[in-house]
Amino acid sequence: MTAARRFPVEAGHVLAFTRALGVADPPGELPGAGDPAPPTFAIASAQFDPEYRLRPRPGTPWHGSGGTAGLITEGAGGLHAEQHFVYHRPVRVGDVLASATRPGEEWEKQGRSGRLRFREQITEFRDEAGQLVVTARSVSVIRPGEKDRAP
Amino acid sequence: MTALQVGQTFETVVVEDLKRTQIVQYAGASGDYNPLHTDEIYTTSIAGYPSVFAHGMLTMGLTGQAIAGLVGPENLLRFGVRFTAQVWPGDTLTVRGSVVRIEETDDGRIAEFAVFTVNAEGREVLSGYAHARLAG
Repeated sequence: MTAARRFPVEAGHVLAFTRALGVADPPGELPGAGDPAPPTFAIASAQFDPEYRLRPRPGTPWHGSGGTAGLITEGAGGLHAEQHFVYHRPVRVGDVLASATRPGEEWEKQGRSGRLRFREQITEFRDEAGQLVVTARSVSVIRPGEKDRAP
Repeated sequence: MTALQVGQTFETVVVEDLKRTQIVQYAGASGDYNPLHTDEIYTTSIAGYPSVFAHGMLTMGLTGQAIAGLVGPENLLRFGVRFTAQVWPGDTLTVRGSVVRIEETDDGRIAEFAVFTVNAEGREVLSGYAHARLAG
């Protein structure tokens, strides 16, 4: 996941995220301060990670299509295999969180097409008082032939 | 959520005929702009997939909405999943859950759910679990 020094949980962002999940009866107005965000909202901290690699940035080459069909990359860090959240309390509109990511375990498994490499990352989200709000664990899998790069 | 019992099941359709536009919407909201999810030209001609496919986190998010709707978003304690197959535009996804355990703890009654999300062919695309505090 990502490292965001400052991840403000904003009403408009929560509304856009909730809409993207196709909520059948969208509230149509902004969630209020203190309203809980969707359970997976912590992942949207990517918006506040200045180094996040899966967001085009001015002055940095982007591998998607434009005038050409795009570029072959040396593996974009593999595919997302697992995601786990522990909620110490709900993430709420108005929270200002900070996240820090550390590497977890790595392991290998023999798959049908060769050796699969799994890599774990642990991300802790804390509020302004330093209290733990969410602990996230993500596992990515790198398939045979893909270059070894962190997600 | 009163009178929840072990063995109880639920089933919710969380998306019908998934549109590429919803995947784009999720990319914008989550901040994950990996072109594998939104750029058909790149994904088919460079990356070699039959089409763009949904973020695993979109499937998890849809699944999470179903669980939060059942237990109340404030009561969720743990939620974890494995992504077991890709989700493609056009897919219809159904979340199937069951209560596998209810425990009395110092923090009240905690229910443990097993959760599976399947596509229209019945193929599992996500399997996971959720733990939630039961009100009352």
